[in-house]
Amino acid sequence: MNGARKVLIDPLVDNNPVTLQVLGICSALAVTTSLLPALLMCLALTSVAALSTAAISSIRNHIPNNIRIIVHMTIIASFVIVVDQMLRAYAFETSKQLSVFVGLIITNCIVLGRAEAFAMKNGVGMSFLDGLGNGLGYSAILIVVATVRELFGAGTLLGYRMLPLVSDGGWYEANGLMLLPPSAFFIIGLLIWAIRSWKQAQAEQPDYQIHEVHRTEVL
Amino acid sequence: MADYMNLFIQAAFVENLALAFFLGMCTFLAISKRVETAFGLGLAVVVVQIITVPINHLIYALLLRKGALAWAGLPDVDLSFLGLVSYIGVIAALVQILEMTLDKYFPKLYNALGIFLPLITVNCAILGGTLFMVERHYTLGESVVFGFGSGFGWALALVGLAGIREKLKYSDVPVGLQGLGITFIIVGLMSLSFMGFSGIRL
Repeated sequence: MNGARKVLIDPLVDNNPVTLQVLGICSALAVTTSLLPALLMCLALTSVAALSTAAISSIRNHIPNNIRIIVHMTIIASFVIVVDQMLRAYAFETSKQLSVFVGLIITNCIVLGRAEAFAMKNGVGMSFLDGLGNGLGYSAILIVVATVRELFGAGTLLGYRMLPLVSDGGWYEANGLMLLPPSAFFIIGLLIWAIRSWKQAQAEQPDYQIHEVHRTEVL
Repeated sequence: MADYMNLFIQAAFVENLALAFFLGMCTFLAISKRVETAFGLGLAVVVVQIITVPINHLIYALLLRKGALAWAGLPDVDLSFLGLVSYIGVIAALVQILEMTLDKYFPKLYNALGIFLPLITVNCAILGGTLFMVERHYTLGESVVFGFGSGFGWALALVGLAGIREKLKYSDVPVGLQGLGITFIIVGLMSLSFMGFSGIRL
């Protein structure tokens, strides 16, 4: 059972798909201006990732190698359509906010990457857990970014007022930058810095090292 | 004509797919280490975008939209839920056809673009362009302009980032921020500067 737990837990911090493998940021950031759509997006992506890796894994021995990408795409797209229709049925307002980004789960590299790298080589149960774990790893980053952006950008969380705004007689001056696209990049960049300072092994080596020449070497 | 110019500027700068909507980020970050490769990929994206957005527009308008099948005697059929799977199919097939055509007739261009073409199928910027076209109800002419503008803007951002990253390797970046971290911060700054274009109208 240890192996299964590792497959599930590893992608959360140690092998996070967003901060370490640079996968799936595409659709991730645009929905993080507030927490509610971000949570729905996490739910959608995690279920698509888990279900599609399980489905692909179950037919992995029947997929011809040279058309596997198209087969993967079709399976993933079918699951995304199901999720999209569910969101429209039960959470119509938020699905409007998510607009095209639910559809873009199809091209989310996490889903396709896990299908390629893990589901094609492993059994159904393990692939399901791997998809679930990677979905959760993605969700962790998304929720952190969305919390920071909504809290400091609008002073609310899930629509509830946390920091009373100056315009309503409170003390907090809303930071409009947090609601604009650039802030998401900054937050992710700083998050990567924090994780890599904590887990030193993840830090990248510089391409070039400027060699400091000591005076005695020259002479 | 002015409408089209405005749409182009809007798509290429203000609503830049990479910097304002975060589309195609995975390839954007992975292929931006050298200006030459960035230019190749950028060109491939522009070409594919110009072709796929109008074709997907035709598919949406003639087959999938509610009432689009009236010519076949089925005025009440609404196939728009099939949109996602048909768009991605069109993109995958088109990229494949483009690859084979280039290989046969323009081997030089194929050698330059070849390795990037398969990457484009899974590039969210391409599918994103199509989905925005559907969501915003562009006409055929507008979707050609939008395809060109959004592809051009994406390529511009990519080449710009590659240029900055080429210089960046000589700078002294803190250990944890090295590589991906600093790249994100730079993309954030680029995104800020692209936002300066908002409000420009001809």
